Amino acid sequence: MNLNNIINEIEKVDGDAIDRMDSRRSALKNFVNFGGKLALTAVPLAFGSMFKKAYAGTKNVADVFDVLNYALTLEYLEAEFYATSLTSPGLLPAGEVLNGIQTISKHETAHVNFLKTAITAAGGTPVEKPTFDFSGGNGSGNGPFKDAFKDLGLFLAVAQTFEDTGVRAYKGRAAELVGGGDYLTAALKIHSVEARHASFIRFLRKNLGSGVGNLKPWITGKQSGINSSAVQASYDGEEVTNQAGVEIVNINGFPISADAASEAFDEPLSAADVLMIVDGFIV
Amino acid sequence: MPKSQFTQERLVASREEIAQLSRRRFLGYASAATGLIAVASSCKKEATSSNPSSLDGVDLGSGDPGILNYAYALEQLEAAFYTQVIMTQYSGISATETALLTDIRDHEISHREFFKNALKDAAIQDLEVDFSTIDFSSRDSVLATAKAFEDLGVTAYNGAGRLIVSADYLVIAGKIVSVEARHAALIRELIMKGTFADDTALDADGLDGARKPSEVLAIAGTYLKTKINADNLPTY
Repeated sequence: MNLNNIINEIEKVDGDAIDRMDSRRSALKNFVNFGGKLALTAVPLAFGSMFKKAYAGTKNVADVFDVLNYALTLEYLEAEFYATSLTSPGLLPAGEVLNGIQTISKHETAHVNFLKTAITAAGGTPVEKPTFDFSGGNGSGNGPFKDAFKDLGLFLAVAQTFEDTGVRAYKGRAAELVGGGDYLTAALKIHSVEARHASFIRFLRKNLGSGVGNLKPWITGKQSGINSSAVQASYDGEEVTNQAGVEIVNINGFPISADAASEAFDEPLSAADVLMIVDGFIV
Repeated sequence: MPKSQFTQERLVASREEIAQLSRRRFLGYASAATGLIAVASSCKKEATSSNPSSLDGVDLGSGDPGILNYAYALEQLEAAFYTQVIMTQYSGISATETALLTDIRDHEISHREFFKNALKDAAIQDLEVDFSTIDFSSRDSVLATAKAFEDLGVTAYNGAGRLIVSADYLVIAGKIVSVEARHAALIRELIMKGTFADDTALDADGLDGARKPSEVLAIAGTYLKTKINADNLPTY
């Protein structure tokens, strides 16, 4: 996507557009300089938001569209990931695994449709589905997870990472939805479902013996339970034990370990961190 | 500072900076809120004769501190339940189940004590629970109650989110609700495989539920001897 071309197109239609966006110029410049591949995936979302702000001036509406389109992008990723798994011969054994993945796949597809409908109904424009490379190889098909649809252990490891990351991603944008009424409630209703999925997949991996260490339905410290450093960014920061200035370890004399204290609170991830994590999966 | 510049700076700010900022704002807000609560409750004492409903049960308070007290009440209930579950373990409990339920107990105690410390003087009293309907020696009874509490907790936080004014409080609620959802899914899997997010929890859009405080307290009240008064909570 060529950002300059789009700005030029807008100027053709509305010569004052860039002037009206003047106060946003430095932000726009930051994005252009943000760097290579990351900027390409980040720009459609962020630019759409700046565009709406410049025109509508109603920051809450633009913020809400921005967050919902961000959520939609992540839901597209998950929906296509699970749909692909269900058509991959020999990947998912019948019974608990197949049933569980079918359930999750149904939810992710429903989330995509729900968000598209919600954005459209509110007068926004849903982002298009990106092209994905589930190997994590930026379109090469040769990334660290290239066998994800052949190897059940690897597939479930990627699934867990997507779900845990999704939980953190929604949380990372929650602050922008303060006062968002139904939209905030909708985001929360999806967020907790992602956490249910994450819990299920983690428990399943534990029971299949494919987890590393003492894998639990909740996140202990910053342990991924996955034998790959490629997923670590999705878990860094989960180890905190201090919440809003309140230390949870041994709080008020109760023997709460650092592990339990970290497990008890899931941590947010900023949009920048999430976009960096999913960058390799988005072509 | 223009809004979009702020957004950009926030986007590239390090996680540590965000955490520090959140902490400062949270603490600032909490102390201001504590002052407000003190004023509100002292006013109410004088007004009780003309406001009979305020005599009826423990007043959660108003605004964000009221919502935090609401969460504190629910976490008191959950923590008391799992504390009992671990003290008097049901017959046939497996080592895996003991470990998982002990973890959950510790999470709920962490939540409860967090709210207590965050609310400081505005915190409601310790609640007295009524678990007379629960058979703690029975796996079925314990897990069915756990499932009800965890699913209820998820819908409670999902429903209360929109009533929270402070972004920092909202994020804290978000940090807790996803852990409750992890608990809910696990308990459901212990009861029956494949039910972690079935149609009894989710709607046709694949969304979890959301309940208003009044709806949640009507259900939770079954397990509480202490009466809760949510009259001053914000509504929608």
